[in-house]
Amino acid sequence: MAGIYIHIPFCSKACHYCDFHFSTLLKNKIAVVNSIAQELIIQKEYLGLSKVSTIYFGGGTPSLLSTLELEKILKTIRQNFVLEKEVEITLEANPDDLTLEKVQELKATGINRLSIGIQSFHQNHLDFFNRSHTEKQTFLAIENAKSVGINNLSIDLIYGFKDLTEEQLQFNLKQISSYQIPHVSAYALTVEPKTALSSFIKKGKVDPPSEELAKTQFLTIIDYLQKEGLTHYEISNFGKPNFFSKHNTSYWKSEPYLGVGPSAHSFNGKNRQWNIANNVQYLKLIHDEKPMFQKEELTEKDKLNELIMIGLRTIWGIDKKKLSKFSSGLQKQFLNELKKYLSQQKITETETSYVLQKKYWFLADGIASSLFQV
Amino acid sequence: MKNIRNFCIIAHIDHGKSTLADRLLQTTGTITDRQLQEQTLDDMDLERERGITIKSHAIQMVHKHEGETYVLNLIDTPGHVDFSYEVSRSIAACEGALLIVDATQGIQAQTISNLYLALEHDLEIIPILNKMDLASAMPEEVTDQIVDLIGCEPEDVIAASGKSGLGVDNILKAIINRVPAPKGDPEAPLQALIFDSVFNQFRGIVAYFRIMNGSIKKGDQVKFVNTGKEYGADEVGVLGLDYIPQKQVFAGNVGYIISGIKKAKEVKVGDTITNVINPCDKAIQGFENVKPMVFAGIYPVDTDEYEELREAMEKLQLNDASLTFEPESSAALGFGFRCGFLGMLHMEIIQERLEREHNMTVITTVPNVSYIAYTKKEEQIIVNNPSDLPEITKMDRVEEPFIAAQIITKSEFIGAIMTLCIEKRGVLKNQVYLTSDRVELQFEMPLAEIVFDFYDRLKTVSKGYASFDYQPIGYQASNLSKLDILLNGDQVDALSSLIHRDNSYHFGKKICEKLKELIPRQQFDIAIQAAIGAKIIARETVKALRKDVTAKCYGGDISRKRKLLEKQKKGKKRMRQVGNVEVPQSAFMAVLKLND
Repeated sequence: MAGIYIHIPFCSKACHYCDFHFSTLLKNKIAVVNSIAQELIIQKEYLGLSKVSTIYFGGGTPSLLSTLELEKILKTIRQNFVLEKEVEITLEANPDDLTLEKVQELKATGINRLSIGIQSFHQNHLDFFNRSHTEKQTFLAIENAKSVGINNLSIDLIYGFKDLTEEQLQFNLKQISSYQIPHVSAYALTVEPKTALSSFIKKGKVDPPSEELAKTQFLTIIDYLQKEGLTHYEISNFGKPNFFSKHNTSYWKSEPYLGVGPSAHSFNGKNRQWNIANNVQYLKLIHDEKPMFQKEELTEKDKLNELIMIGLRTIWGIDKKKLSKFSSGLQKQFLNELKKYLSQQKITETETSYVLQKKYWFLADGIASSLFQV
Repeated sequence: MKNIRNFCIIAHIDHGKSTLADRLLQTTGTITDRQLQEQTLDDMDLERERGITIKSHAIQMVHKHEGETYVLNLIDTPGHVDFSYEVSRSIAACEGALLIVDATQGIQAQTISNLYLALEHDLEIIPILNKMDLASAMPEEVTDQIVDLIGCEPEDVIAASGKSGLGVDNILKAIINRVPAPKGDPEAPLQALIFDSVFNQFRGIVAYFRIMNGSIKKGDQVKFVNTGKEYGADEVGVLGLDYIPQKQVFAGNVGYIISGIKKAKEVKVGDTITNVINPCDKAIQGFENVKPMVFAGIYPVDTDEYEELREAMEKLQLNDASLTFEPESSAALGFGFRCGFLGMLHMEIIQERLEREHNMTVITTVPNVSYIAYTKKEEQIIVNNPSDLPEITKMDRVEEPFIAAQIITKSEFIGAIMTLCIEKRGVLKNQVYLTSDRVELQFEMPLAEIVFDFYDRLKTVSKGYASFDYQPIGYQASNLSKLDILLNGDQVDALSSLIHRDNSYHFGKKICEKLKELIPRQQFDIAIQAAIGAKIIARETVKALRKDVTAKCYGGDISRKRKLLEKQKKGKKRMRQVGNVEVPQSAFMAVLKLND
């Protein structure tokens, strides 16, 4: 099992909170797509013998790509990689791009899952985030997708900001049940450095998000979605059975993945590498046939720490079988640090893993860090 | 002897002493231009960076004047109040002093107190107006100040510039013509004043002296009168840019002796060297055992490094006899040392030298002065550490050291400075107008009050136009209390401090607030309390972490996030555990940074 991630580094508008790599200058779009196709060929050996079971277009805004551009990439993948019979092909899409015509075309390319960047169903929030779509387009996008039979839908929601009232949050959640959305990614608004949002906060134009509010709204969301039959399987992800994101799950189960496009990361079990986060330089490096990535080999400790960090964020916990592959010294040290949490019942032991109790998920990073081996 | 001149320099920090001294060395050919590093006399890195001379040094110049050859011994003096005893011994070794005053700034308090010392020792004062090349120089005004102060004629004041070289020849002339030749009996028994010592890695302690009477020969058996120890003079000589060995050094001259001494403690500044076979009747007057004024605990950041810290401290003590230390332990910090310093600057210097020269990262605890507690049974207990203070029920009274402080400032700042000094429990003793807008204020104050944040605040309230100096004047009764800090109910011994009861509420509140800033939020609430005995006088709470998880952790986030959490873990490893609370090192120094 392996995944391919394609980073499409273009957006029509810059959201105030976003720190992903993207450009609002679309003039290089065709060139980047061509280079991505070239990179796929250059990196065709990266995944070794693993068959590709998921393909994920992320960004940026991949729905800005034309059908031809998407097809070119997908064709290159089919020609150069061994694919499983059933492949999950996800496209991150902005509601304003999802016209009826567009979703029909997308479906024809083989894309079978859409992750729609709704964020909120309220115009004042979309304005606050500087999103490119309108409140009206959020509903239309979902309706269009469903009308052509793409039912494997995920929507993104943002919570934990002052302007999101209790009623508005309830309204947002209500749409999930009325549209029968099988998957939701709910993100607490995070202030990333060097974003417009962080500068507004520094200047005092916007209040910093309150942890208290984030926690309260987080609990509301968990409660609501669980009742709707969506499993809370990762800190920010909820899905009905069979609708968990296969691609993202593979990140959390340490499966290999190849990332192509500017700023994309790859992992093959031994090393991680990341492409240059600059469109023009990326184009030039591909053109000059020079390495477009930096690489780090993972030590045993690095791998163990990743296992801990990711494991604590999911319902699957830290896998005992994977743990048993580490040296007995490292295992011992880890189990020693773990004792405290087991006795406090913050982490519970199952037959196959160590799982962080749900009420402590909001503290997962600090707990992971304290279990790290450095 | 008639062609020897011994002189020192009295100057305020930044008034250009070192640059002018360099000019003298250059003009007399003592060093070549190539050898002339900036501020040659300050040869410790730290000294050069701070722009002050921490330890005094000496250098001999040979200069021809009107056909005669003169030996000019320049004895450099440290420019900070922490080292005033060393200054007094340097002055005692001279017959003259160059009083260097920055023509753009005028006379400062430090200069005045050292000047008085020089006048007490009947030194011939040669006033020099430095930095005359600057447009902002105020020669008339500053000359008036000098004339008022030492009663010289305006034409005695030499205009100079270390930068351009202006006046250097006049200074050399004045040294030869105005500074008296040393007096003394070359035939009398040896009597030499130790005014400094330095540690040399290969040769041990080198003592610098001025011979008052008699002479010293290589191979002599000598005795240090106050310590009573005897040594063989393995090497004697005079001080050029390097050591210049001589068979014999005579009365009136300045020189050095190397005698296989390993520890700086054995060579006490102010001690008298005499001959074992033919000793002098009495020691030179003015010797004092230097006493530390400020005490603080120094602990290794890494508890495993206690032995390394001990070694480093011992090495520092080799060339800094004024540093004292003894082992102590703290529940929060483990094993460390209670150290005595001459003052706050000295403390900072030791801390920096530990870090730079010995690669030790240390935690320094709340500094305090030395108190004397009397029990009801009239036992006298010296309190250098908050934990030494006897229980209230057993204690009769406490006394604390007081100082006489001189502050010189512009008249517009008198009000602000008075307010500050009174807040610091100072009592105004005198107020003298030096000129129409320069005032000298004299206060009596507890030493403890200047240990914390006094200099900085003085600088702030006077916009930098105040200079400060002090001398200890003995002990007076004090209403002292021990302030404890508790974290979730556990007392943190390393954060206890001794403080005057009147200040304790304000101080307790501020320290709780500072700790609240410095202690990171954890998975539970942390109560920070300040207490005197069982009574809580201040409280702050560090709220529990509500959210400590990033929203996203996808393929591109894993590497960066892992590194971030690894860094966090490393930081935590360096924290100290108090009960269940993790306390960063910075918190233990909170008290020193209350006003940051």
